[in-house]
Amino acid sequence: MAIITYREALNQALSEEIENDPNVVLMGEEVAQFKGSYKVSEGMLEKFGPDRVIDTPISEAAFSGLAVGAAMMGMRPVVEFMFWSFCYVAFDQIFNNAASIRYMSGGLINVPIVFRGPANGGTNVGATHSHTPENFAANTPGLKVICPATPADAKGMMKAAIRDNDPVCVMENTILYNMKGEVPEENDYIIPLGKANVLKEGKDMSIIAHGKAVHSSLQVAQTLEEKHNISAEVLDLRSIRPLDVDAIIATVKKTNRVLLVEENKPFCGVDSQVAFIIQDQAFDFLDAPIKRISAIDAPQAYSKALENIQIPDHDRILAKAMELV
Amino acid sequence: MEGLHHDTIIDPPNSDLSENDTDSLKSVEDTKQTVDGDIGKDFSQSEANKLLTKEEKLNLYEQMIRIRRFEERSLRSYQQGHIGGFLHLYIGQEAVAVGSVSMLGDDDHIITAYRDHGHALAAGMEFDECMAELYGKKTGCSKGKGGSMHFFAPDKNYWGGHGIVGGQTPLGLGIAYALKYNKKKGACLCFMGDGATNQGPFYESLNLASLWNLPVIYIIENNGYSMGTAESRHSAGDPLAKRAEPFDITWSVSSGHDLFEVRQTISDALKSAHENSRPSVLEIVTYRYRGHSVADPDQTYRSKEEIEEYKTNKDPINLLKEKLLNEGIVTDTELKEIDIKAKGDADASAEFADASPYPDPSELMDDIYWETDNPDNKTSEGIMFFETPQ
Repeated sequence: MAIITYREALNQALSEEIENDPNVVLMGEEVAQFKGSYKVSEGMLEKFGPDRVIDTPISEAAFSGLAVGAAMMGMRPVVEFMFWSFCYVAFDQIFNNAASIRYMSGGLINVPIVFRGPANGGTNVGATHSHTPENFAANTPGLKVICPATPADAKGMMKAAIRDNDPVCVMENTILYNMKGEVPEENDYIIPLGKANVLKEGKDMSIIAHGKAVHSSLQVAQTLEEKHNISAEVLDLRSIRPLDVDAIIATVKKTNRVLLVEENKPFCGVDSQVAFIIQDQAFDFLDAPIKRISAIDAPQAYSKALENIQIPDHDRILAKAMELV
Repeated sequence: MEGLHHDTIIDPPNSDLSENDTDSLKSVEDTKQTVDGDIGKDFSQSEANKLLTKEEKLNLYEQMIRIRRFEERSLRSYQQGHIGGFLHLYIGQEAVAVGSVSMLGDDDHIITAYRDHGHALAAGMEFDECMAELYGKKTGCSKGKGGSMHFFAPDKNYWGGHGIVGGQTPLGLGIAYALKYNKKKGACLCFMGDGATNQGPFYESLNLASLWNLPVIYIIENNGYSMGTAESRHSAGDPLAKRAEPFDITWSVSSGHDLFEVRQTISDALKSAHENSRPSVLEIVTYRYRGHSVADPDQTYRSKEEIEEYKTNKDPINLLKEKLLNEGIVTDTELKEIDIKAKGDADASAEFADASPYPDPSELMDDIYWETDNPDNKTSEGIMFFETPQ
């Protein structure tokens, strides 16, 4: 198995699916000639030409809506947002049109589209470029939402998203783009949506996370084990909608203590729903109240001094984990 | 007069203009001037219309009268409490949808906004499925899940029915993009109102349409009012279609009261789309007799006299009727029979809708995702829905 970066894994997924299906195109700002603002689509213009890898003007509403219209006609467009934060100027196209047209047409029209791009804070770019809208998207029936956290998942889940017949929002992370990992090379390497992954087995508590928070959680689990003799299980949700409720309940029943970690803001964040599900379906298995840690509830700060404390880091997660035992 | 629709104050017909075959798409420089000159021009013998047979003309008349009778019947049903929500009636604007759609070929497509009954029926949708949709019934075209603003018939190249003002303008662009990508010689007619010309995505779409040479035809059905706000109060610059100019998109202004003029206008734009893959912006001046939605107050922003003036002098159905009678190709009796049948079918559709069942509560969860509707082909795992009917 080759060791490649998260970025290269995405590139492989996109390239393979463009090769597999003539209906797949990639469009967005700077995806072609500029090679992608984060180089995800590097080399693809040369390989597939300007009909398949398409530079757009800075017009998120128009190119998102254009892609929805093309998807209604049977194409499978992949729309890159340079940042998911920019989807806010295309909200109507994603949250009304892509999400609702199938329903409002009584199932006559499908919208097989992928919206993708990075959705994360922590890069010192201020509030407008640091949004994590996975909770908005997951709150909208009609949309699917995934947050791959590893290079292998980036490839397998992106391929699943492109082959999916419904709109899928793929939330990546600029900080993970350089992360390396083993990634299977086969063309049909697919990781189904809605399947969580136990990244570390444990017995004393469960840390449930998605996106980059998975990696901070793994570090904390290691510290817990090495310094406190606490065995923590780490569950990567991978997919927000659909959600692997069985995996969540299974880990809770196994460890009886839960810490939820996310880089989303707290109010009506993804983990609000996860916490509700746990108390609803596994209340009797809980030996302690559910603990939760998320981004500090302020607009994302520019200054590194502030932003560094805003996103849950090793020490803050560790402190919260220690409250559980 | 402040707030008065501009169409009421244009100059009277210019009798000098009897040339029939001039393209209705004007060059940028002379558009405004020529548009005024077109008023009163007879388009019935223009290129797009001269070969129409009696049957075809009667059919166009029938389509217009059927849309009107359908909507009049739906208004009664609304007043009787059978239809909820909004009911945006197209009455007065029928020539625009019927004239436009009548020019389309197999690879041409249609998308519109929320005042969509006329376009849907012109595209070939049936009274029963449309009326039942208004009633929120299972037999509706969208199984009662779309309502008045969201009629769809992709099998008839009709892509809705969209509720957010201007939200359909990028979708129409995407339909045109897909046609071009698949090397079809087709176009997408994207209908919108005058109010939608003030939404940002429209301009983003114009830029892309021109930049990428996409065969999309934006039809601004200018009925003079963006809900209750007159054009003079909502839009800077005149005419609205001129806003296409900085994008190097051909534009024109024409009358939507005259079915034949609409057909010629669309024909010219289709030619440009089919042969050169170029977009157009067509402002078609028309008028709606009813409120923005039927429950809205009408007298706060326009006068009864203004509405009466349109009904008396510019009604598209009456104008066509007069033309057909003057041509001597139909009799009053033939036209009356068409009307009687339309009314009967409209009444029958209301009975059909009334007798149809409401959707079952379990159907609330259908049609959300392709995948949950096709469990045998499911690829995902996990839970998709977090609250469902008991």
